[in-house]
Amino acid sequence: MNTLKYLLQKEFKQIFRNPTILRLIFMMPVIQLILIPLAADYEIKQINISVVDQDHSPYSNRLTQKLLSTGYFQLAEYGNSYQESLKAVGEGDSDIILTIPPDFEKQLIKEDGAKLHLAADAVNGIKAGLGTAYASQIIADFNREVREEWVQFPRFSPLPLVEITSAGWYNPHISYYLFMVPGILAILVTMVGSFLAALNIVAEKEAGTIEQINVTPVKKWQFILGKLLPFWVLGMVSITLGMVVSFIVYSILPVGSFFTIYVFSAVYLLGVLGIGLLVSTFADTQQQATLFAFFFMMIFILLGGLYTPIESMPNWAQWLTKINPPAYFIEVIRAVYIKGSTFKDLLPDFGMMIAFAIGFNWLAVRNYRKRSA
Amino acid sequence: MAETVIHTENLTRKFGNFTAVDAISFEVSKGEIFGFLGANGAGKTTAMRILCGLLAPTSGVAKVAGYDVYTETENIKKHIGYMSQKFSLYNNLTVRENIHFFGGIYGIPKRELKEKSEELISRLGLTQEADKLVGSLPLGWKQKISFSTAILHEPKIVFLDEPTGGVDPITRRQFWDMIYEAAHRGITVFVTTHYMDEAEYCDRVSIMVDGAIAALDTPEELRNQFEAKDMDEVFLRLARGAKRGE
Repeated sequence: MNTLKYLLQKEFKQIFRNPTILRLIFMMPVIQLILIPLAADYEIKQINISVVDQDHSPYSNRLTQKLLSTGYFQLAEYGNSYQESLKAVGEGDSDIILTIPPDFEKQLIKEDGAKLHLAADAVNGIKAGLGTAYASQIIADFNREVREEWVQFPRFSPLPLVEITSAGWYNPHISYYLFMVPGILAILVTMVGSFLAALNIVAEKEAGTIEQINVTPVKKWQFILGKLLPFWVLGMVSITLGMVVSFIVYSILPVGSFFTIYVFSAVYLLGVLGIGLLVSTFADTQQQATLFAFFFMMIFILLGGLYTPIESMPNWAQWLTKINPPAYFIEVIRAVYIKGSTFKDLLPDFGMMIAFAIGFNWLAVRNYRKRSA
Repeated sequence: MAETVIHTENLTRKFGNFTAVDAISFEVSKGEIFGFLGANGAGKTTAMRILCGLLAPTSGVAKVAGYDVYTETENIKKHIGYMSQKFSLYNNLTVRENIHFFGGIYGIPKRELKEKSEELISRLGLTQEADKLVGSLPLGWKQKISFSTAILHEPKIVFLDEPTGGVDPITRRQFWDMIYEAAHRGITVFVTTHYMDEAEYCDRVSIMVDGAIAALDTPEELRNQFEAKDMDEVFLRLARGAKRGE
């Protein structure tokens, strides 16, 4: 037990003397939480639209104005040649082309129906999809408006009007921040846990000090615990800091209890620390460790449901997310923050996290050798 | 005859097809200063790492402090000190903290550790520097601290891997005074070096060529045997036959 005390003392002294680690611990939550939710927004805004108006009628003009007044679209070009607009799309100046045919107004009034054409640059699929969806919705709205004007008694409108209203449970204003901030908290803990511990041990390998430890009677579990505990504490500090920042910047507080968050973080951190330790047993240099950790982080984040919902992934990818620790933690933190889920609600996830913690640490201890073969 | 603290018989280590240590056999007695010489790549460090329990042997027998290198490495580690080629104190800890840390993990009781480290600091003349980070000290001082730390827990044997590499002649002299003092206290010293004047200071010297021990005796006997005027000549004569370079 005394040995462990000496190891911990030494580790904490070194951490507090390392300005880079301290800066990382304090700056990472702040910068990530402020930057990512504000910059990486799901909503697509400022779609550049080209309007090919071959009608030049009051109605075509009104439709154009209506599109632009929503704030989603920005007029890139207003002309009457589809070919020319297509060229603008090719050059990247425009994303969507709306073609209003020559007899648009005439058809709309006399024949009770007109045709419009939307073409989108689908290089950025999300922008194209959402852009055409927005535009279609606005055009439908325009259509309804025009018709209501014609019908004298709207109450007896012959048009079947089905209006859908929706209510967003738990996140009534569909706030993007409320969704994103807890997810980033989860990623933060993951990074602190896996990166820092791995780099620290590999740095000792590089300096040769680990060999000096290996030639002493220090036991494997003592050495690993001596590394694990300090970074566990740092991880807990980092999530606390992250929660403070999310409250100050976004006024977001968990609906559920802090207790649940801390219990989950505590166990989850042990798991990611295990991953970090495991990485450190494979890597011989800090470069290798960084590349390893980076590779894991990419997969963790992309398959973790931070940006894209796991439910919409293909089946095989959904299976992969089942063995991806951050996927559970992101879900848990979001559930506690947004829905107010209790510990009991999340019990299955808790079981998985314990399994991860034991599994990864077991592998790490097994892989760590005081003597090379 | 004094107690035998290191005993090897046909100790061999292979890395794939390459035989780094080729069936070496020797014995070292308690309190002896045993010089382990050889050109770069001759297999000195590999042999030393096996004896310290850092590397598994491929075949042969080896016992250190009475414990087997195959099965009892953790017992060996309690009874040895080790100073590697790479400087291996913590640069971002102070002199006092380093001594305290390494003494602590060897299980020296707290009060004794405190006394011992203060005594050591004053003996090394580092009272002024005790609270400076080790990284800021000159190499010679670091090496002296490193050695003193390696023998703080009074091991039976201390392994020194090129302890005086890159150190000035005066510091080297002082370093050897420390080695003598340790040997006098009954600590066996197992040392590798490239300096042939240092070889003369050893009680017995073994010279490794291509993984095998080419000669082993007192410096005086070796000089007579090879009709050489000094160890330098003995070494050159043996090492010239080496097949493998660096």
